Amino acid sequence: MASNSSSAQQRLRIIAGHLQKRPEEENASVAAQECKAEAPRSEPSSATPVPRRRQEIMKWNGWGYSDSRFLFNKKGQAEFTGKRYRLSGLILPSLKDWFEGTFGANLQHRSPATPSLNLSAVAPPHLNQPFVEDLKAAGLSVSHDPEDRVFRAHGHCLHEVFALREGRIGRVPDVVVWPSCHNDVEKIVELACKHNVCLIPYGGGTSVSSALECPREETRSIVSLDTSQMNRILWIDEKNLTAHVEAGIIGQDLERQLNERGYCTGHEPDSMEFSSLGGWVATRASGMKKNIYGNIEDLVVHIKMVTPRGVIEKSCLGPRMSTGPDIHHFILGSEGTLGVVTEVTLKIRPVPEYQKYGSVVFPNFQQGVACLREVARQRCAPASIRLMDNEQFQFGHALKPQVSSIFTSFLDGLKKFYITKFKGFDPHHLCVATLLFEGDRGKVLQHEKQVYDIAAKFGGLAAGEDNGQRGYMLTFVIAYLRDLGMDYYVIGESFETSVPWDRVLDLCRNVKERIVRECKERGVQFPPLSTCRVTQTYDAGACVYFYFAFNYRGLSDPVHIYEQVEHAAREEILANGGSLSHHHGVGKLRKEWMKASVSGVGLGMLKSVKEYVDPQNIFGNGNLL
Amino acid sequence: MNTSADALGAEADGFFDMLEERRRSSDLSYAFRSFNPLPYRGATDISASTLNRMVLESQYLSYVIQEIMLESDEPREMLLEEASALLDEMSQNLQLGFIRLLGYAMNKVFKSVFSSIHVNEDGLTRLQQAIQEYPVILLPNHRSYMDFLVLSYIMFTYDLSIPVIAAGIPLMGMKLIGEIFRRSGAFFIRRAIGSDKLYWAVLSEYVRTIVRTGYAPLEFYIEGLRSRTLKSLTPKLGMLHMVLEPFFKGEVFDISLVPISISYERVLEESLLAHELLGVPKPKETTGALLKARTVLKENYGCMHVFFGNPVSVRDLVKGKINHRQYNLVPRDLPMKPSKEMQEFVSGLAHTIIRLQERNVVLSAWNLMAVVLLQNLQGIDLDLLTQKTLWLRRLAQRFGAHLRWPENVSDSEVMSSSVSLHHSVVRCEGGRVYLVEEEGPGPVTQEEGVFKQAAAVLMCASYRNQAVHVFTRPAMVAVAMTTAASHRTDDIFHNFTFLLELFSNEFVVIPGQAVQDFEEGCSLLQESGVIGRSDEEIYVKDNGQETIIFLRAILQPFIESYQVVFRYLCEESSQTLSEKMFSTNIRSFIMKLLISGEVQSYECLSSDLHKNVLSALLRMDAVTKTKVDDQNEFSVNKPAVKKIWDMLSHGWTPQISVDARL
Repeated sequence: MASNSSSAQQRLRIIAGHLQKRPEEENASVAAQECKAEAPRSEPSSATPVPRRRQEIMKWNGWGYSDSRFLFNKKGQAEFTGKRYRLSGLILPSLKDWFEGTFGANLQHRSPATPSLNLSAVAPPHLNQPFVEDLKAAGLSVSHDPEDRVFRAHGHCLHEVFALREGRIGRVPDVVVWPSCHNDVEKIVELACKHNVCLIPYGGGTSVSSALECPREETRSIVSLDTSQMNRILWIDEKNLTAHVEAGIIGQDLERQLNERGYCTGHEPDSMEFSSLGGWVATRASGMKKNIYGNIEDLVVHIKMVTPRGVIEKSCLGPRMSTGPDIHHFILGSEGTLGVVTEVTLKIRPVPEYQKYGSVVFPNFQQGVACLREVARQRCAPASIRLMDNEQFQFGHALKPQVSSIFTSFLDGLKKFYITKFKGFDPHHLCVATLLFEGDRGKVLQHEKQVYDIAAKFGGLAAGEDNGQRGYMLTFVIAYLRDLGMDYYVIGESFETSVPWDRVLDLCRNVKERIVRECKERGVQFPPLSTCRVTQTYDAGACVYFYFAFNYRGLSDPVHIYEQVEHAAREEILANGGSLSHHHGVGKLRKEWMKASVSGVGLGMLKSVKEYVDPQNIFGNGNLL
Repeated sequence: MNTSADALGAEADGFFDMLEERRRSSDLSYAFRSFNPLPYRGATDISASTLNRMVLESQYLSYVIQEIMLESDEPREMLLEEASALLDEMSQNLQLGFIRLLGYAMNKVFKSVFSSIHVNEDGLTRLQQAIQEYPVILLPNHRSYMDFLVLSYIMFTYDLSIPVIAAGIPLMGMKLIGEIFRRSGAFFIRRAIGSDKLYWAVLSEYVRTIVRTGYAPLEFYIEGLRSRTLKSLTPKLGMLHMVLEPFFKGEVFDISLVPISISYERVLEESLLAHELLGVPKPKETTGALLKARTVLKENYGCMHVFFGNPVSVRDLVKGKINHRQYNLVPRDLPMKPSKEMQEFVSGLAHTIIRLQERNVVLSAWNLMAVVLLQNLQGIDLDLLTQKTLWLRRLAQRFGAHLRWPENVSDSEVMSSSVSLHHSVVRCEGGRVYLVEEEGPGPVTQEEGVFKQAAAVLMCASYRNQAVHVFTRPAMVAVAMTTAASHRTDDIFHNFTFLLELFSNEFVVIPGQAVQDFEEGCSLLQESGVIGRSDEEIYVKDNGQETIIFLRAILQPFIESYQVVFRYLCEESSQTLSEKMFSTNIRSFIMKLLISGEVQSYECLSSDLHKNVLSALLRMDAVTKTKVDDQNEFSVNKPAVKKIWDMLSHGWTPQISVDARL
């Protein structure tokens, strides 16, 4: 299991490598005027990381980069295209069997997507002409190109992507505007108030809570405020280890640029390739390595947000204060209902000296959960520790690339033999925990031993770095896999919750079972994939993440059935003591449960804040409340 | 179930005689057959001793012990030791070897005492399915000591997981037999637990752990005890609460409740039961007594029916009724009183289960004959009995009774074979059928004479009771129509609800469903052409009078018994009386009235009825109960009792109520 920092470097490269320099593109319908920021640029970056016309490098009707997708080639083998990821260009020989076996799917039965956007399906923009004139006069970059508008009309909920694949386009924003700095945002919000238009902030577009959907009842002109051009690190304070960053920056750029200076934030949500800093703040995001670095609320030192009432921010950078309720907590999780987060001061850390993956196989899920609970009790969780159930373990295995040498495949066989035959683990019950350690080398090794010793007490066997790393890879490619499924009548999605330790097992079992039972009752022909993993540990509980997918052949309205099942699963979560959301947020998808979740008084508090801050409902995306 | 209908010799209506195959093979090879039940897929494979350890180490028990420590100053170790001893007394130790031994013995016994044991095949198939999916609770009705033996015997025979069974502690007291039962899966519960906190804690945690871990199907009698009258008893809720808690707390996804209806053509304990009801104490359950009872086993008890009902999903039933989130804000191990909504749900569920048991229970010609016989205590011509029984058969079928009538046998043969099977209850002499009075020593006192007659009537009544649920609702409508001031539906419904309330210890009714019960009773009568309904009125059709009179007569013994007790309480008893005093005094009071002929129904002597009247009065706040020196004492609110008495008697059998007032 020897390793050095190369694996850490490699991983950072993977994420950093998602991006290639692209020539500046002149495609906005109105040219932007260079923003004069008060602070000097922390680096003279020549590339615009996220182009205004995102559809040129990203899919308009699916996840991620256009060049990266799964497909079954002519031989019926799965492969992953492109060059961006570790899996890119590789053949995945066992994926087909897993796919067909798990879903009862068949490669002969295809359900391809509409190849390109039918522009005539997009309703003409409902423009507030004086507002647009004023924006142009202020020198802001504006577009009402249908492709730009459609791209910003959705997040990545199943129903949103499914509709796009079928070429169905609902209400889309009428205008897209790209501010380049805080002052631009102030101007836009001021004009929006003046002309009474609806503003919907748009960061990375990775929402899975219907947060980006245009409310059907909205009659005003809807303006999508795309923060992607506000992407600079404005300064780095090496004495206090903080960085002041524009909120439109996306995760991978932030990390890469900080890495170049020897720092990191350590905030790595699974969506970090595409999601933005402002989006993290607005949804209370959680990163995989929160055990070391904390969740977004632990990372922010200062937030600046533009609201219809003006700018809200604190007056100093003190690390903690007792000045009444923390105003940051009105902003964190506000989901774009109060204003636009423009700049954030974040804690930063030196890039860790050493990083090491690991994995542990447990005879069953119960033992695995007991081990994680013990790790949490001893407060010795590694940077990341995740426990996959048996179904997900098998899923992970299906993503093993073709092995090049007989020796490797021999070793794999030997490992399997050792675990299942010699140790007596039932391959249909065993499950695996993936680990990521970070820090200075000595401490990492010591920490590693501590964790493996605890695992051994629960029947856990160390199962190598490879398995660990593959587990984390799964989270980056899962969304691409959903697109593959949708090509073959399989639809699915993920959802999450947080729950006290003693209820983790019951909640996992009941929610998985509920999904299976609901599918059966609603006429789904094949048993669904219903799987979960414990992705975060806390002192008092854990975060649990579910994947749910099924083959919809023979169903006339699969999305509706999907939504009913997901709804039932959420009811089940709540009945089992789970929260409405751990980090995805509420959006419009889970609004109906808000009152029950935070009490009537709680909801009233939030509403009165909204009424004060935004009496005209300029930020009218309709989320949360 | 891989046994096809043919292989089992299934009969037309899905029943098959399980003894048939047994008679063809040897007892030994049966006992040593391979036993491969399909287990519950979520089960954690644990031993009986691990189960006990889990209970002792549970957080729940430790909370309760902490509470007791604060109240009683007993040290923790002592309490733990006590708990451990309780658990040793209580716990089962299910072993396949003993199931085989029991199987061997049962095989021999059942083949000799029963002519057949009919089981519904689809019920077994559904049960097998249910056992694999979720923890299963077997809920048989309780009519005989045989009940749980027969069930385990069936489970063993058809490769179904052997259940663990909640049994009364007296069974444990029997040397050897107690231990055999324990190893066959019985666990033992004390009868009077009262407020023994530690006992409750150990028992409830034990039961919950069995359900939570899916250790084995759990079997218990929802009626709490064996019905002495063969009528369904109102359910006891304690055990059901314990069983359901793991579901409410999300510890299991669902629980399947399987109502099981057992019926005996002839009950082994028939004469014992009648005597118990007359106040002759039940013999103590000892091994010696059991051995003496062997003579009982030389008789023929006809056929037996076991109907496995559809598994009821608790999750489906609970939808929208219980807010599970009440458990979200406290540790689930914390002892918690069930909320009001929970108590209502569990009570409704328990009553529903009993209704399901009743609906499925298989009735025989004999049950209908008993109904007719009780209206003709002076004897009845066999021809007339046959005619009336056949008439009643048609009525019962319209009322949805689950009747099994022998096929390809003439009606007269059905009648005569029933009479000869029940030679202990009836005899046929010169074409007339009479109740049989027990033989005894020569000259008897008047009282002994009444006693003997009462024993005969009660025995016969118990067989009517097996079928009485078929008629209760229409019969109550019939009574309500007679007592009502007018034909108006409202008036009749008013009277009906009063009867329902008054008799709700007598007949099992689901609480809060008076409207449905009334509708059920009316529509059965309407569909049978007995009554007609207009918008606001209900009237008896011309050709329906006979049925109305017959139905009223079914309830008459109950009504008369209640009236007599009311009379005693209003006119004879003191304001307060102890439980013991009540039961002896009321008996001698009624004895006098029976001898004088003021009261006709011998059923009035049944101690079960007396208990039920008291419960009804307690429920209706006409009597209050206090505990004095560990003795229950009742204080009677005479005007309130009088009011209820008047309600019941108003316009009904005037001669009795007039007499009573003199």
